[in-house]
Amino acid sequence: MGKIVLEGVEKTFGAIKVIQNVNLTVDDGSFVVFVGPSGCGKSTLLRLIAGLEDVTAGKILIDGVDVVNTPPAKRGLSMVFQSYALYPHMSVRSNIGFGLKMAGRPKAEIDRKVEAAAATLNLTPYLDRRPRALSGGQRQRVAIGRAIVREPKAFLFDEPLSNLDAALRVQMRIEIARLQDTLGTTAIYVTHDQVEAMTMADKIVVLSAGRIEQVGSPLELYNKPDNLFVAGFIGSPKMNFIPGAAAGDPGAATIGIRPEHIAASRDSGTWSGTVTVAEHVGSDTFLYINAGPLGDLTVRSVGEMGVKPGDRIFMTPEPGRIHRFDPAGHAIVAAH
Amino acid sequence: MARAVSPRRKWSFTVLAWIVALLLFFPILWTILTSFKTEGDAILFPPAFLPPHWTLENFVEVQDRSNYFKHFFNSVVISIGSTLLGLVITVPAAWSMAFSPTKRTKDILMWMLSTKMMPAVGVLVPIYLIFKSLNLLDSLFGLTIILMLINLPIMVWMLYTYFREIPVDILEASRMDGAVLWKEIVYVLLPMAIPGIASTMLLNIILAWNEAFWTLNLTAANAAPLTAFIASYSSPEGLFWAKLSAASTLAIAPILVIGWFSQKQLVRGMTFGAVK
Repeated sequence: MGKIVLEGVEKTFGAIKVIQNVNLTVDDGSFVVFVGPSGCGKSTLLRLIAGLEDVTAGKILIDGVDVVNTPPAKRGLSMVFQSYALYPHMSVRSNIGFGLKMAGRPKAEIDRKVEAAAATLNLTPYLDRRPRALSGGQRQRVAIGRAIVREPKAFLFDEPLSNLDAALRVQMRIEIARLQDTLGTTAIYVTHDQVEAMTMADKIVVLSAGRIEQVGSPLELYNKPDNLFVAGFIGSPKMNFIPGAAAGDPGAATIGIRPEHIAASRDSGTWSGTVTVAEHVGSDTFLYINAGPLGDLTVRSVGEMGVKPGDRIFMTPEPGRIHRFDPAGHAIVAAH
Repeated sequence: MARAVSPRRKWSFTVLAWIVALLLFFPILWTILTSFKTEGDAILFPPAFLPPHWTLENFVEVQDRSNYFKHFFNSVVISIGSTLLGLVITVPAAWSMAFSPTKRTKDILMWMLSTKMMPAVGVLVPIYLIFKSLNLLDSLFGLTIILMLINLPIMVWMLYTYFREIPVDILEASRMDGAVLWKEIVYVLLPMAIPGIASTMLLNIILAWNEAFWTLNLTAANAAPLTAFIASYSSPEGLFWAKLSAASTLAIAPILVIGWFSQKQLVRGMTFGAVK
């Protein structure tokens, strides 16, 4: 079991409110990702759940028990740190088994569990090495091994892949998702990378300035962002925002349309503009277009689109894919 | 980046370094040489550098007159005892200042250090009276306590500087792994801080070994360490240079040997944090 509920959680550092009235339910066995720009409070929120920081107000319930006054050691959660935070003076075996040793488990059980975890994570040949003799990816695996052997109520991941190179990051991302799926343990994962969030999460929590902006499945956030912040944060390249009046929609202060929902054409279309940059990445072509009163727009087009800077181009938005926002930045519902 | 230094420049610096080192070491060398002279040779003028007649009789006489090994034992007990007792107090103190600092942490550190700026003689009378009423005068326990107290600020500072170099993530990881505070300190912090703790202990042992103000003023016969043993040779009957030197040589020999073997550790300890 591992259901985590946050009720009115607040955190202040001095005069600064870092976390403001956060209410959230993390269901047992789900993979929840906290995502947001740097400084949005996502890591702090994770540390509050871990118990590494004390809440200023509110409740944190783990399986129905308020743990606000419980030290981290007694919360039954595991954490994987961005810096890996392995014990440098211990072998891989002792690193992974440390939690079990602290729990006073018998040696035979520790050995068995450590070896099983090492086998799952392909660490068996390295069990007697020190962390410094391992590569970044292997260290990360040890950190994960340390988290899983304890069979915690939930895993907490604090930007665990930021220190890895791009190729390894993709690989580890898949491994972590698969591992969590196999174990069925609740996981909370913090990242600033919305691609990680979209690919791994059952549920994404978008945070900004210490508040939850929206909670939903990756596709819900992509298809129905509640506000301008979420609309701009989720999706790559970023959604285009156009003043409503300029786009011929005086009922909305801003309309949003994703680059992949605009059809580009050389001959005809609703809007027109001049190509300023054309990025050919093979599978796609990203066009950056100066569309006069509409502002600068990004359009994702097919890989074969042979356009150059300076070319005149026409654009047609997909009708059902236009997002409308009021002056306060909230989505105007029933737009579709 | 190291700049290329011309061989001549390097050579002259080496000579300079040797001269400075010899100047610093000369009193110790002179003491050792004098301890092998007869009393007559010791006061020769002009002085003889090497003993004209090598003799061990000073050492024999010193051991006969006052029990060297008893004082040696007292010195060992108070210097090691005060160091171990100090660690029990300073490790948690430095832990809290390094890993859980508050706005006032820097002030507390400065305040602790400021006690070292006070002349010890200023508190001699109150301390003496306290020791007297607690029956601690001339006791090894009392000396251990006072030496531990006077060296606390230095120990806290050194350990604090070391602990600051340890990534807090690793301690947090141990907390998440279920380690309560004492286990976190014993299993994770201390093993990682061994070099720092070792240099702190060494420095503290040396300081306690050489401490001569409190050890002289608070002891008589029973608890007197080697410092008091040396001082007893500057007596109303006159100065016996050769015997005084023999006593001094015997007193500094152990610490000199320890210092020699651990100099690498000591230098690293005192410059820790200055270079990465």
